[in-house]
Amino acid sequence: MGDQLIPEAGNGLMGRRAFMTATASTAATLLSASAAGAQRTPWMRAPGAPMSESGVPSRHEAGLQRVLFASAPGTTGAGTSATPHEHLDGIITPSRLHFERHHAGIPDIDPDRHRLMLHGLVQRPLSFSVDALHRYPIVSRIQFLECSGNSAMMTAPEPPRLECGQLHGLLSSSEWGGVPLSILLDEAGLMPQGRWVVADGADAAVLARSIPLEKMMDDAIVALYQNGEPLRPANGYPLRLFLPGWEGNASVKWLRSLRVTDQPAMTKDETSKYSDLRADGSAEMFTFEMGVKSVITTPSPGLILDQPGLYQISGLAWSGAGRVQSVAVSADGGRTWADAQLDAHVLSRSVTRFRTAWQWNGSPATLLSRATDESGSVQPSREVVMRDRPPGSYYHYNAIQAWQVSDSGEVSNVYV
Amino acid sequence: MSMYRFALASLFVIMGHAHAAQGPGLGDSLDPGSLQKHDFTILPDGAGLPPGSGSVEEGAKLYTQHCQACHGEDGQSGSNDALAGGLGSLTSAKPVKTVGSFWPYATTVFDYIRRAMPYAAPGSLSADQTYAVTAWLLYINDIIDEDTRLSARTLPNIEMPNRRGFVWSEEVR
Repeated sequence: MGDQLIPEAGNGLMGRRAFMTATASTAATLLSASAAGAQRTPWMRAPGAPMSESGVPSRHEAGLQRVLFASAPGTTGAGTSATPHEHLDGIITPSRLHFERHHAGIPDIDPDRHRLMLHGLVQRPLSFSVDALHRYPIVSRIQFLECSGNSAMMTAPEPPRLECGQLHGLLSSSEWGGVPLSILLDEAGLMPQGRWVVADGADAAVLARSIPLEKMMDDAIVALYQNGEPLRPANGYPLRLFLPGWEGNASVKWLRSLRVTDQPAMTKDETSKYSDLRADGSAEMFTFEMGVKSVITTPSPGLILDQPGLYQISGLAWSGAGRVQSVAVSADGGRTWADAQLDAHVLSRSVTRFRTAWQWNGSPATLLSRATDESGSVQPSREVVMRDRPPGSYYHYNAIQAWQVSDSGEVSNVYV
Repeated sequence: MSMYRFALASLFVIMGHAHAAQGPGLGDSLDPGSLQKHDFTILPDGAGLPPGSGSVEEGAKLYTQHCQACHGEDGQSGSNDALAGGLGSLTSAKPVKTVGSFWPYATTVFDYIRRAMPYAAPGSLSADQTYAVTAWLLYINDIIDEDTRLSARTLPNIEMPNRRGFVWSEEVR
């Protein structure tokens, strides 16, 4: 096996061909080992637990939970919880671990009393019951949702000593199923003056965002399903807006009203909150699309390499502009790079899982990943992202992430 | 938006229609009366503002009662978002984004209070009370004087200090 591991970049990075060979050899070793076993472990000596109506993770994984960030005093329910990416693999975030960002808690909505109103600059103002929407044609796509404040702590002057999910966990990925909004807008009949749609939710904050009509007619859906089941309350039950590739706040949860207008409503969340302050004191608004980005999820802070040897570097890459084209990985702080293997599902505005093999020799190493999307955009360095970015401007941070592996195998967040 | 992006987007819309599945047409018609009760939307030109009015003095009392616990006596020193002050701070090392220093439209203040505040009891303030609290917040930011009474007529005409501080991204231009 050792003969086939040919480094493709510095400091032990094996690249994708070598990794695939190495996988095959390792699998063969494991097979022969298990065939030899004749002993019974305790759980093999008697039938196990019966079936149940609803599954739960192994009790040995009970610690695998979202990371909670506390609310300010007096605002219980306004805050975030993040996906613990360092413990997950694949491209689907389990629904129970999908990140949360609420502005006034999670409403307990009775679907029989919930309506979606579609009005404003339309020929026929309409109201849809939840049951009615379930009779419409549903499209389903695997796509990411990312809060525009994801990774915001990386704008701090010193690298925060936090785990991967704590830093980058306001990104999750699901199979979202719902009704194309274009069908509903067609039914209502758009008037020619329509340019925007003001969407608001049935939470206690009646959170509102103005969305360009063009996006609503392109790929927006009224989502009813997440990972095959009805949306969970924390993700908008019974229905939410879902805008592929755009900042999460615009995908209004618990959607109750869509009003077609000729101008944006200039709500609190699109002016004073989700806008980007610039060095000259002005602020850019309606920066919807999430930039090309990637992060190595293993190894990452929160995990420890217990001894030198062969490891798989694995991570997530995504772009609001479309598909991920390639991901380059470096084990020597960016001096040399090798292309990572991409898992089979490379989908538009979805996360793509990348992997590469790495022979860790036990000395300090700096791991980086750099994604390129199909539009040709390359994930920028932190230096570029922070250039001309004033203090207090923390949305849409998509810089290359560096993890430092120490000689004792501990992984920490560093700036390079 | 560049011509290329516009052309591309238009193409998507056309293609979307060509392939769009037909819906079963199950939307119920929505009468204007029911809309008025349920529509929160307020536009920067004042469209959607309800009848009513409120004064700075009334707003001061309401603020003490409903807002001060989280936002502080002066709107600057509470446990939650600062609402006042910060003027001229946007280019400093510590930008303070408040109603006075940052918010571009006065209508947004009314809109946000009506939607979401007070945090524990949203919807508990009447239209008159919401105008009054809005008036108080504009007053403590030196945007209106103490005799100003706010209504659907006067609120949209207020020029906020940072009105020209916002630019639209290329995505929507």
